[in-house]
Amino acid sequence: MSTRSKMILGRVAQAIPVMIGIVVISFVLTRALPGDPAAYFAGPAADEASIAEIREALGLDKSLFQQFFFYVGDLARGDLGTSLTTGQTVMSDLAARLPASLELTLVALLLSCAIAIPLGVFAATRPGTWVDHLCRVLVTAGVSMPTFFTGIVLIYVFYYLAGLAPSPLGRLDFIYLSPPHVTGFYLIDAALAGDWETWLGALKQLILPATTLALFTLAPIARMTRAAMLSALSSDFIRTARAAGLGSRKVLYGYAFRNALLPVVTTLGMVFSFTLGANVLVEKVFAWPGIGSYAVEALVVSDYAAVQGFVLAMAVLFVLLNLIIDIAYALIDPRIGLN
Amino acid sequence: MTVTSRRNFLKLTGGTVGAAMLPFLKAMPAHAQSAGRIVVVSGQTINSLDLHRTGTNRASYQVAVNCYDRLVSFGTKEAPGGGLSYDYSVIEPELAESWTISDDGLTMTFKIKPDATFWDGRKVTASDVKWSFDRAVSAGGFPTVQMKAGGLERPDQFEAVDEETFVITLDRPSKLTLPDLAVPVPFIINSEVAKANATGDDPWAMEYLHTTPAGSGAFKVARWDQGQQLVYERNDAWVGGPLPSFEQVIVREVPSPATRRALVERGDVHMSFNIPNKDASELDAMESVDVYSTPIENCIHCLCPNFNFEPFQDANVRKALAYAIPYEAIFQTAAYGRGAPMWGGEAEINDIAWPRKSPYMTDMAKAKEHMAASGFASGFEVPLSISLGLADWMEPTALLMQEAFAEIGIKTEIEKIPGANWRSAALVEKRLPLHLENFGGWLNTPDYYFFWAYKHGHLFNSSNYLNEEIEQLVDDTLHIAMDDPAYTPNITRMFEIAFEDLPRIPLWQPALNVAMNGAAGYEFWFHRQLDVRPLTTATT
Repeated sequence: MSTRSKMILGRVAQAIPVMIGIVVISFVLTRALPGDPAAYFAGPAADEASIAEIREALGLDKSLFQQFFFYVGDLARGDLGTSLTTGQTVMSDLAARLPASLELTLVALLLSCAIAIPLGVFAATRPGTWVDHLCRVLVTAGVSMPTFFTGIVLIYVFYYLAGLAPSPLGRLDFIYLSPPHVTGFYLIDAALAGDWETWLGALKQLILPATTLALFTLAPIARMTRAAMLSALSSDFIRTARAAGLGSRKVLYGYAFRNALLPVVTTLGMVFSFTLGANVLVEKVFAWPGIGSYAVEALVVSDYAAVQGFVLAMAVLFVLLNLIIDIAYALIDPRIGLN
Repeated sequence: MTVTSRRNFLKLTGGTVGAAMLPFLKAMPAHAQSAGRIVVVSGQTINSLDLHRTGTNRASYQVAVNCYDRLVSFGTKEAPGGGLSYDYSVIEPELAESWTISDDGLTMTFKIKPDATFWDGRKVTASDVKWSFDRAVSAGGFPTVQMKAGGLERPDQFEAVDEETFVITLDRPSKLTLPDLAVPVPFIINSEVAKANATGDDPWAMEYLHTTPAGSGAFKVARWDQGQQLVYERNDAWVGGPLPSFEQVIVREVPSPATRRALVERGDVHMSFNIPNKDASELDAMESVDVYSTPIENCIHCLCPNFNFEPFQDANVRKALAYAIPYEAIFQTAAYGRGAPMWGGEAEINDIAWPRKSPYMTDMAKAKEHMAASGFASGFEVPLSISLGLADWMEPTALLMQEAFAEIGIKTEIEKIPGANWRSAALVEKRLPLHLENFGGWLNTPDYYFFWAYKHGHLFNSSNYLNEEIEQLVDDTLHIAMDDPAYTPNITRMFEIAFEDLPRIPLWQPALNVAMNGAAGYEFWFHRQLDVRPLTTATT
């Protein structure tokens, strides 16, 4: 086994105690939520007897310890339970909704990076000029407008007034059918099926919500790129490189930018994680069937299985994300190993 | 349910529109309609295709309405505020061809339509009806409670005499039984399909029918993407009523009201179901959009003073509250004038219309008089509780009340309770001293409302009100016929006591708002869910 895959396995092993902790904490916290799911789901006209029946059916009449052991037992068999709010198994909910959120967030981040990184680099190389000011204005505006507001403004202008954008009806307009499920990412699945009409339809639906999220995530990435570039450009090795007569392009992209990338990648990881959890409002506005609105709705009605499943899925995702970022570090900077 | 492939789906979008034309459909909404399709948006999510299942939410009741048949249904009438409404006073056949009730009112015999078939082509028989009714009374939870309201409690009350004859035996005659057969709960399931998919742990096939309906109704479910959409496809062999005009109905879930509004204003969807009062009043002013605001029958938004809280045991304090409420301001601010006012009625009760206006109106002088005459002339402090889940109307209402009550010396602090706890706190534990409440009864008679909301210990009597005469009157009246000589005097007496004792101070009757753009035929139902069957293309 190569040292690199050993390192990766080691990192995954380190995640195990974290996951155990998360299982315990999410279980205890959901039970600590106020509210009685049995009474809630018994419906408006239920009497005491039917509430008790439902409590028994949900296993909520057992002691917390017993409930926990049942939960861990199910978990070991890969059963996350059934969500009361959606009526589906939590596993199938996550399988349907996590890709929706990931697709939206990834496209938004790609868009955001495509604008923010060049903008940051230009602002750093020409501090105090109009590019720098533009960067500052854009960044401030993007971050100071809440996403649901930007979303509604974009819908109003591009859909309602101009009629350019398609109906904000979720991942696909009703005239299309979702592509055969492979990854859950519509862009990838449609491409795999060779169905370019649906691919285009999915892309169109993505533009407005992704722009909304991109505007919001522009700020940290652009600011971080600018700051990292500024400090890289003023460091000794750049002066040496310039003194050695290297071309400005080589100096800028070969040396300064590569060194500046480290903090940018770190920021990207952080931005990705908070965007995934925080795009609830964008999901609501664009009827996006994502993981954020799922979690919030489950939380409001004390839907234990769904909340626990969500927390667990996010935890796994974050462990993976950190791993990917660490690997990216090692690729960018050979001095950094994985341990 | 048929296997849905892309090809099948395209087929059922109608022969006139080929696959090649699909990308242009959006640009030609008129074409989309002629292809027999209507698109509806709603903010609610459907969580099951089986109403009997534990945890099935309100929005899912529409599947029971549109995909299944009952023995009988209600008629149709013109609704106040435009459009159509179901008619509680007329019972019409759905799966039953005819029915007879024995003279003692204890035996009901239904003849099932001989040509009625399930989606798989099998004939609907009395044993399917019996199996479905057995399921409803045995499932527990809400369906069982609702069946009980009509006196349907045990499987031994139901008998399949022969293929087309179904008999219900009652313990006592009740005017509520027949209407209770027309609510969404006693829907008729294809019992052969269900039994084939039942297991030892799950004798009622709850897991199977949860995702796969098996009925005889006007629409089949072509596709259900939980959290996104439900696609109905017409059952051309339906015999329960006139064949629906649309071949396909798409119900899309769009949580944001602003987005729903943009969609219906632009005409990209034909209907937005259950829109906020504010949007209703603004869209109403627009030419292209039709708005229907139907006051919800047998439903009243109320202020409830709890009798467990000492000051509210004093009748003068309760009357002071009733005179201090700024009704009109609340109605305009919280409801945007949608619905019907429930204040400023006649002092004398000459008819038994319900919901009815209370004899109280905003009169600060009278409120102060009653306050001075009470044992709490110097005032007191009390929390005014509202549910965050219903904050859209409760919050503005509570704020206006807080201001008004301060003038008569009642200092209130608004307590906001999360939606998940509201039920336990307000209805089960009944521990909120002063709160807002909005019970609505499915069966539309005043005594049914009183049964749930004024009888001691009953769920919606969140005021802990107890009046021996009301207890007796409700028991005496609940099951007797509306043309019984005792009915009118009993109901009148109930109204008198309710307005004198004021355990619930009526504010207004809320409305269910629906916006339509390019579609017509909307009909209001007491269950407050969309019946897609009568919808048609707008003729203008």
